Amino acid sequence: MPSYRRGISRQQIIAAFFAIIGILILLGYAPHLGQPDATISRLTFGLGGPVLDVPTAIVMFSIGIIYFSSGIPGLLRRWERTTRWALWLNSLLFVPMVLIAAAAGKQTNVLTMIAETLRLGTPLALGALAGLYCERSGVINIAIEGMMLFGAAFGFAALIFTGNIWLGVLTAILLGGIAALLHGWLSIHLQTDQIVSGTVINILAIGVTGYLRRSYLLSSPGGRVTLSTIPIPLLSDIPLIGNVLFNNKPIFYMMLVLIVSTHIALFYTRWGLRIRAVGENPRAADILGINVYRTRYLNVVVGGMIAGLAGAWFSLETVGSFDDGMTSGKGFIALAAMIFGKWTPFGAFGGAMLFGFAEALGTRFQILNVELWGSPLPIQFLQTLPYITTIVVLAGLIGRATPPAAIGQPYKK
Amino acid sequence: MTETTQQHEQLRWKLPAWRLIKYLGLSFLVPVLAVFTALVLGALIIWLTGKDWMAAYIGLWQGSFGSPGAIAATLVRSTPFIITGLAVALGFKAGLFNIGAEGQLYAGALLAVVVGTSLVGWPAVIHVPLAIVAGAVGGMVWGAIPGYLKARTGAHEVINTIMLNYIALRMTEWLIKNRTPYILGDPLDASGSRTRFIAASAVLPHIPNTNLHVGILMAGLLTFLVYWLLYHTTIGFEVRTIGANPAAARYAGIRVPRTMVLAMALSGMLAGLAGAGEVLGVERALKTDFFSGLGFDSIAVALLARSNPLAMIASGLLWGGLLNGARLMQVRAELSIDVIKIVQALIIMFVAADQIVRWIYRIRPHEPGDEMTFSRGWGT
Amino acid sequence: MISDDTPIVLEAQHITKHFPGVVANDDVSLHLRQGEILALLGENGAGKSTLMNILYGLYHQDAGEIWVRGVPQRIASPYEAIKLGIGMVHQHFQLVPVMTVAENVMLGAEMTRLGFFLDISQAVKHIQAISRQYGLVVDPHALVANLPVGTQQRVEIVKALYRHADILILDEPTAVLTPQESAELFQIMRSLTRQQKSIIFITHKLGEVLTVADRIIVLRGGHVVGETTPSATTQSQLAAMMVGREVLLRVQKKPAQPGAVVLETRGLCVLDDRQRMAVDGVDLQVRAGEILGIAGVQGNGQTELVAALTGLRVPVAGSITVNGHEVAGATPRRISELGVAHIPEDRQREGLVTSYPLIDNAVLEMYYQPPFARGVRVDQPAKLGHTQRLVAEFDVRTPNIYVAANALSGGNQQKFIVAREFSRPINVLIAAQPTRGIDVGSIEFIHQQIVRKRDEGMAVLLVSAELDEIIALSDRIAVMYRGKFVALLDAATVNREQLGLLMAGGV
Repeated sequence: MPSYRRGISRQQIIAAFFAIIGILILLGYAPHLGQPDATISRLTFGLGGPVLDVPTAIVMFSIGIIYFSSGIPGLLRRWERTTRWALWLNSLLFVPMVLIAAAAGKQTNVLTMIAETLRLGTPLALGALAGLYCERSGVINIAIEGMMLFGAAFGFAALIFTGNIWLGVLTAILLGGIAALLHGWLSIHLQTDQIVSGTVINILAIGVTGYLRRSYLLSSPGGRVTLSTIPIPLLSDIPLIGNVLFNNKPIFYMMLVLIVSTHIALFYTRWGLRIRAVGENPRAADILGINVYRTRYLNVVVGGMIAGLAGAWFSLETVGSFDDGMTSGKGFIALAAMIFGKWTPFGAFGGAMLFGFAEALGTRFQILNVELWGSPLPIQFLQTLPYITTIVVLAGLIGRATPPAAIGQPYKK
Repeated sequence: MTETTQQHEQLRWKLPAWRLIKYLGLSFLVPVLAVFTALVLGALIIWLTGKDWMAAYIGLWQGSFGSPGAIAATLVRSTPFIITGLAVALGFKAGLFNIGAEGQLYAGALLAVVVGTSLVGWPAVIHVPLAIVAGAVGGMVWGAIPGYLKARTGAHEVINTIMLNYIALRMTEWLIKNRTPYILGDPLDASGSRTRFIAASAVLPHIPNTNLHVGILMAGLLTFLVYWLLYHTTIGFEVRTIGANPAAARYAGIRVPRTMVLAMALSGMLAGLAGAGEVLGVERALKTDFFSGLGFDSIAVALLARSNPLAMIASGLLWGGLLNGARLMQVRAELSIDVIKIVQALIIMFVAADQIVRWIYRIRPHEPGDEMTFSRGWGT
Repeated sequence: MISDDTPIVLEAQHITKHFPGVVANDDVSLHLRQGEILALLGENGAGKSTLMNILYGLYHQDAGEIWVRGVPQRIASPYEAIKLGIGMVHQHFQLVPVMTVAENVMLGAEMTRLGFFLDISQAVKHIQAISRQYGLVVDPHALVANLPVGTQQRVEIVKALYRHADILILDEPTAVLTPQESAELFQIMRSLTRQQKSIIFITHKLGEVLTVADRIIVLRGGHVVGETTPSATTQSQLAAMMVGREVLLRVQKKPAQPGAVVLETRGLCVLDDRQRMAVDGVDLQVRAGEILGIAGVQGNGQTELVAALTGLRVPVAGSITVNGHEVAGATPRRISELGVAHIPEDRQREGLVTSYPLIDNAVLEMYYQPPFARGVRVDQPAKLGHTQRLVAEFDVRTPNIYVAANALSGGNQQKFIVAREFSRPINVLIAAQPTRGIDVGSIEFIHQQIVRKRDEGMAVLLVSAELDEIIALSDRIAVMYRGKFVALLDAATVNREQLGLLMAGGV
């Protein structure tokens, strides 16, 4: 309902955000400016890679000036059009700014940071894809979290009982699909409110996986086995990025493949055209002989299977065990990533990596022992970073990103 | 349609009282059958895992309503469910899906603890109400944030309230676990998992020798207040109208964004009160995992009551009873307590998708105007 | 020419269809010959659309048979209708706005490479061939959302032809078109029939029927009440057949006695949802005791103009004054309290909370005022009496005042809204599409009420897509085209053709 809104616009909120950060930076770094032995942020790029020494105070002060000087005019509605690009520039500067600030007086490996971002972004990208399949066909999926949890728990259970980690991955995918089938049955067939249906799956997942864990998994001896790293020949030898991109674990590769193949399927194939039509105008699709129910079921289940794979990332690729609620809200963050990416696969990937970065940053801050007002930044603050990012991104982007038109409405013949 | 049924239809329309009774009957029938079906399925699951379902359910009954002591414990256990159920129902009425009761509980409980542990030496007559008000304010603020974001930017409250749950949880952990310096944490508690105990003057009045505190009375009062607010005041009319049809609400001159924030703030306030009640009445300190899962449970309680405030008492008592009885069930049948979680999830499923129940028991489908809207899609 | 020997391509025999509480089609029979344009004429609710939806497989008849080219068929779904060569252009286009014309046309019958990948270029060639053959100009690469309504309609026709349809059903195709665009459509229709396509053309507009049809069938209350040809009938005969009695094509009213200016805008600019200038510098004045009609094809800024006048949209520039108060950007409530009544364009979306009982809908805008509320407390008895008065005075047919608003028929819902608006202390009425989609009885009643209020000295702004309604009710007529008033005319001297030309942007 943008046209009815009175008062403050979204852009003004974003501008205010940057203006405030600008002021904080200026106040924080002004005292350090003239000092003779200026602090250096040393950014390295892998072992033996290039090293970049950045004079912290000067660079930060400059960024502060940019933020402040573009944020303040952005507050005025009159200049909205001209300040928009400046705000985009501010968003781009955000990542290096944070890194430089964190690494003041120390050194940090940028490549490790990128690798961590990619790693932590993997379940989010998969979750976002899971949401994307559902939502492109017109079914809201807030049950990604629950489907992930199903996948994580049962995948790990399968590993314990069969000893084969790949059977575990397969089971995770399967269970995600089964949970999705339930979501589909409730929301497509029985036409339950799709958000309620998703909530049901989420609660069911907590109950069932908790029961599974306490009844069977706790008592079983479970070695901390995880999927092993598979370096891709030749590609992994490329300097700088080779090690980051092509020396990874299997679910990461699967994620990359799924992102690209989803993009192709969605926009260049008959199947994709039909999915999009069903999500935008199911009646039109139905009239032309496209089976709306079947398309939606198929998409919801495919989405669920991808969510199950994302679940396997937690228990089988990363931790090597299953804990209660180990997905800790990642399913919802993935949804935000999907919205951030405007319901496109590459956009969703970008969004997932943004959130992955927020999470990686938390860990990095901890390692660098970043201080706030003289005492170390509490770990809990850092843990909230992805959640806060989600809220900020959603507030900034929803309304500008248009969801598929038929989303949330059960199709009645 | 034949003529006689048409006449019958007309007769039915002409008797609102008759219709009301029938409507009430149906609206009770479906949740009751949903609970029944979920229990049957639960028994099936227990049986499938090779345990004794009869023993389990007898334990469940005795542990929940089987003795005065059990009933008292159930009442205590149900109090937060009734109040947070009201919170979620209030959101539903406004077309807002508040999954953030958990975060609001923490926010309310935190402020209640702050007031409860400071102000030592004040008389209880002042200290108790102050602590309760603090809880209400905490929950209100935590609920108003997603309401504001929704009203201003259209960001969906489902995601934002969940994010705020995690943020509230992390902040609580920080406040409790931080040792240099101790903020709310108790230096005497070695595990570092709870706050300091509140002053005796802030503890809610109890029935001597039991855990039964005035919170249950508060729940009853709040139930009535929410009902009155929704159906007998202009504020309630505004809240319900933005839920039923936001476009018509705008046409009617209702300020939709403001009402949205108000509804979420009130919803959060109720959850905050529940949080305060638990801290001041039962535990007298706040633990980090205190309310884990309560937010989701409150959704179930609200759905079970079909968002009807007056039905919330029964719905909350059932929920509290299930959880309270689960411990005895666990002992009697050597079952994991999570079975109850599954049963509860099934109950929600059957209540939310009441088409299943209607299909199983061949109950007529909804009439026009009878459907419930819970939520809406992104950005609308 | 079509004669009795021309083969029959489509025949419906004794079709009967019930919906709960109504008989939509009762023993309806008709046939369509090759190369013929058959007009199906009838009021809203006469059963035209039901019949066509049965032919197209969207509904299934309770009794009766359908024959296609001499073979009895059971048409279970639109897909099967398409396979039988039947294409339908719905009143609401079945297009996906965010896709291109080519994607829309080939959806469900895609041209592919390797059986999987879309072959857009081949589809484009095919569409261009169809365009040439029938004179249907469309750009296959254009995004449907960016196309004007008339072009979207052409896309729908191309969609049917792409699927080799030779029987076309057009459901109220001219409802969204200007008279000029309609004329273009009629040319396309003739070009199609010359190439042996057959067309069923549904409408309730009498003039069009006489212009374009080869044969006319009139439906009323689910029955076929007459069959004729344009040469053998007149508009008033058709009207009588359609309604079942002589209808007053003009509303009885005395000359207006305009008083002071009550509602005025200057240089009003309003954006639409897509941030385009929908209302672009409108100056209007409505005096007490007159009806200003705004004519125009839908989507030329009328909706946004009304939204700005009633406070539902904030104008980006210009002023609005009501009774001398500046209200540009004011809240709907302030404007309503200044005495502005609003009959909204979409009664189900805006005018009513359809799940609420009438008693709540009766005070939708007044719920907070005495006597309906004291402080924050709601006074139920006051609401009750008020609702009963509304229902009685405006002859709203309802079993009681506790039923949900969606249990009422469209006409009764609209009468109820008018009753509610007129029950408030008002001196300005903004009526948007006040009689859209309702029965003739209710239309007449609402027209009489609006004229009565005008005679009592109320200023009325009437927005309608129905040219006849504008001409019949208005004292002055403003024509809106692309957000601007292109003409201001005296209703007494205006004629349809002149208005039609202005609505299409002609001067």
